[in-house]
Amino acid sequence: MANLESEFVGIKSPNPFWLASAPPTDKEYNVRRAFEAGWGGVVWKTLGAEGPPVVNVNGPRYGAIHGADRRLLGLNNIELITDRPLEVNLEEMTRVKRDYPDHALIASVMVPCEEDEWKRILPMIAETGCDGFELNFGCPHGMAERGMGSAVGQVPDYIEMVSRWCKEATDLPVIVKLTPNITNILYPAEAALRGGADAVSLINTINSITSVNLDVMSPEPMIDGKGTHGGYCGPAVKPIALNMVAEIARNPETAKLPISGIGGVTTWRDAAEFMALGAGNVQVCTAAMTYGFKIVQEMISGLSQWMDEKGYTSTADFVGMATPNVTDWQYLNLNHVTKAVINQDDCIKCGRCYAACEDTSHQAIEMSEDRVFTVKDDECVACNLCVNVCPVENCITMRTLEPGEMDERTNTPVEAEYGNWTAHPNNPMSTAAE
Amino acid sequence: MSNTPFSDGIQAGRLDSAELAENFGDLHPRFDDHEALVAADRCYFCHDAPCMTACPTEIDIPLFIRQIATGTPEAAAKTIFDQNILGGMCARVCPTETLCEQVCVRETAEGNPVEIGRLQRYATDKLVDAGLHPFGRADSTGKKVAVVGAGPAGLSAAHRLAMHGHDVTVYDARAKAGGLNEFGIAAYKSVESFAEREVEWLLKIGGITVETGKKLGDGLSLDGLKAEFDAVFLGIGLGGVNALGVDGEGKDGVDDAVDFIAELRQADDLSKMAIGRDVVVIGGGMTAVDAAVQAKLLGALNVSLVYRRGKDRMNASEFEQDLAASKGVRIITNASPKAVIGNGAVREIEFEYTDNDLKPTGQTIRLAADQVFKAIGQTLEGEGLPALEWGKIKVDDNGRTSVEGIWAGGDCATGGDDLTVTAVAEGRDAAEDIHAKLSA
Repeated sequence: MANLESEFVGIKSPNPFWLASAPPTDKEYNVRRAFEAGWGGVVWKTLGAEGPPVVNVNGPRYGAIHGADRRLLGLNNIELITDRPLEVNLEEMTRVKRDYPDHALIASVMVPCEEDEWKRILPMIAETGCDGFELNFGCPHGMAERGMGSAVGQVPDYIEMVSRWCKEATDLPVIVKLTPNITNILYPAEAALRGGADAVSLINTINSITSVNLDVMSPEPMIDGKGTHGGYCGPAVKPIALNMVAEIARNPETAKLPISGIGGVTTWRDAAEFMALGAGNVQVCTAAMTYGFKIVQEMISGLSQWMDEKGYTSTADFVGMATPNVTDWQYLNLNHVTKAVINQDDCIKCGRCYAACEDTSHQAIEMSEDRVFTVKDDECVACNLCVNVCPVENCITMRTLEPGEMDERTNTPVEAEYGNWTAHPNNPMSTAAE
Repeated sequence: MSNTPFSDGIQAGRLDSAELAENFGDLHPRFDDHEALVAADRCYFCHDAPCMTACPTEIDIPLFIRQIATGTPEAAAKTIFDQNILGGMCARVCPTETLCEQVCVRETAEGNPVEIGRLQRYATDKLVDAGLHPFGRADSTGKKVAVVGAGPAGLSAAHRLAMHGHDVTVYDARAKAGGLNEFGIAAYKSVESFAEREVEWLLKIGGITVETGKKLGDGLSLDGLKAEFDAVFLGIGLGGVNALGVDGEGKDGVDDAVDFIAELRQADDLSKMAIGRDVVVIGGGMTAVDAAVQAKLLGALNVSLVYRRGKDRMNASEFEQDLAASKGVRIITNASPKAVIGNGAVREIEFEYTDNDLKPTGQTIRLAADQVFKAIGQTLEGEGLPALEWGKIKVDDNGRTSVEGIWAGGDCATGGDDLTVTAVAEGRDAAEDIHAKLSA
C-alpha cells in the first residue's frame, strides 16, 4: 500500500485529505472523531475576533441541488464563521493538537481588515500549537457585508496587505483561501504571493441561490419568507475549482505557489485530479457533510491503490503532472481526428445518443428500424455529446484516426503533423510561413 | 371458525377473516411518494422509447414518468389517460413483464426494468382517488351511438365518443358495468372496489347513459340498435365457456372458473365463500391462474392447475405462473383431462399425459378433487352478429365489421391479444373511426 504521508508547506499529515474549514470542524468533538476516522488534517472552522461571537440564523442554513435518486450534487450555505467564543475554540484546539500531534491542525482566521487585529490574534492562536493559518478571504455571504471574507478576497491589494501583516505576525505557514467570485483567479493568487503567503487554498464557495420557493416566492434557504445568496459547494463546483487550480499552477508567476485544492472532492479520484493539476493536498467538506467522516476511508484506499498501480511511492510524485497539459485552445492539435464508436454489445438501445445528436448536434448517428444505432463517420465531428449522454459507461468511445486514414467528413487524409490554430490557413492572424 | 383447510368437501370459512383480508390484499401495494420518485429516477427518457411501442395503447411512458419525477403526478395521469382512459386498471392487470417492462432498456442493461406499471398506478390513483376527471366534452354533435358491453372496450369507446360530443348509451347484460374488470379478474388485482370506482370516474365526462341487464337477444337486437342509433359498437366479450368434453363433466363440483371468479369478486364476505379441500383447475391462461390462486387464498388445502401442453405454451405469463407457484399452487403440465369420477359429486379426476403435440402417452394420473374449475377458454355467444372469422367478429384496423354502421372491439373481435389494454386500444380507435365517419 502506497505511503500517503503528505507534507504541505512544511506541515505534515498522515494523508493529503484535510477537512476544510466548515461546520464539520467547528469543535473538538467533531475533530477528534474526524481524526479517528482517518482524516489527515483539519482546518478549524474560522475563528473571529474576541468578544461576543457572531450569531447565525435560526432557520435553514443550507440549500441543495439533487441529481437522480436525490444524490446531493450541490450544497449552499449561509452559515457564518464559528459562533462559539474564541477562548473555547482555542482551548479545544490546544487539547486536540496535544492528543493528535501527527495530524495537521490549521486555524482559519477572519478578523476585520486592520493590522492590529490580525497581528494580535495570530500569536494568540499560535499558542494552541496549531500548524499554520488559513486566511478566510472567501466567505461570500454575511461576513462579506461586514467588509470581511470575500470582500477582502475580491480586492487583490487587500489580500496582499493582510498577507503581509500575517507573515510579519507569525513564523507559521500562512495559507490564503481564495474566493472564486472574481473575474480572474490569477489576480488574487498573485497578490497573495506578493504579500508573502506560503500557499493558497481554493476555491471557497460560489455566490448562489439554489432554488426558489414558488409558493412563497422566496429564494431558498428561506428565513421567514426571505432568502439571501449563499456559498455553493459540492460535486457541482468541482469543474470550476479544477480550472482555477490549473490556472494558478500553469501561470509562470504563481507556478511555484503551493495550492491546497478545494471544491467538490468526493472520491479518491477527485483528489487525484486536483493534485495532478497542481494541488499539494485537498480539502473536503461537502462529501463529509453528506456521508459522514467515514468517507475518507474510501479516499485513502482508492488513492493508495491507484498510486500502487501507477508506481507512485509518494503523493508528491504526481502533483502537477497534468499541469503542463493544460493549454490554451489555440494550441490544441487541429490535425487530431477522432470519431465516435458505439459498442453494439454494450448498447442498451435507449436512443439518447441519437436524440442528442439528431436534435442538437450534427445528425451523425443513424437509427435503424430495429433500434441499432451507428455513427455516420461522414457527419461525426467527434463532439463527444453522445459519450456524455449515454447511460452506459464506455459504451460509446472515441477512436483516434491514424495518420493517413481518410476523414470521411472532410474527405481529407489525417495529417501526421501537429497543427494548431496559430498556423491555420483560416486564421487571419496566422503565423505560418508563407 | 368451524372449518379449516383440512375440512372435507366444499366449505366456507376455511380461514379466519384476518387471514382472508391478508390474502386478498393488494398484490402490488401502491407506491408512496418516495418510492415513486426513486422508481421514476431510473427512467432514461429514451428516444422513441421501446416501452411506448410495446404498449398497445401507446402511452407516452417516458413523459409520464418524467412528470412524476418532477412532482406533477396529476399531469402524468393526464398523459396516461389521453391514450388509455382505463390506465388505472391497466396499471393493475397489464402483464407489464411481457409488454412495456420487457423492453425497458434497463431490463436490457440490468435485468431490472423501470417499474412502469406501478408508476402508472401511482399517477392514475392520484386523479381517480381525488375524483378529478381531466377531460371535457366537445360541443354536442347531436349524434347517438350505442355501445353494447360495458367492459374495457365498450367503456373506452364510450368515453372517447362522449368526449367528441356524441351521446352514448352503453348496454350491459350484467347488473353492473365494468365487464371483466368487475367480474373477471382476481380480487387482489383490484382491491377497494377499484373497478367500480374507475367506472364512476370515467362516467364523469358526461353524455354516457349506462343501461344494465340488457343484452343482444334479450332486450336488444342489432337491427333495433341500428335503427335507433347513428352507430353501434360491439364490445360484448366472450360469453360462452368451453366444455371439457369428457365423461362425468356434469357431476356436482365441476364449475366454470369464470363463474367462481365473478362470484368471488362480488362477495361481500369472503368467509362465506365456499371452496373445496382439493381443487383442480383445468387450463393454462390468466383465468386458470386467477381461479387457482384465489382457491388457495380462500384456504383450499391442495390446488392443482393442470394444463394439457407444456409450460412454455401456457397463456398465463411467467409472472402469473410464478405467482401461482409462490402461493402454493401445483402446476402440472402435459396432462389432458380424461374423466371426472365420483358418485353424484366429483371425487377425483383422471388425466392422461400428453406430449407437446397433444399425443397421449398412455400414462394416466388421478387427482383427488372435490371441486374442479374449467378454464379452457371462452367463446363468442350470440346470433345474427356481423361476419365472423376464427370464431370472432371480423374487424378491420378501424374496428369496422362486415355490417355498415357497426364496429366491434375487445375480446369479441379479431385482432390483438385478449388483454384489457388491447380492448381499451381497440375501443378507443373504433371510437375515433366512428367519430370520423359521423363527422364526415
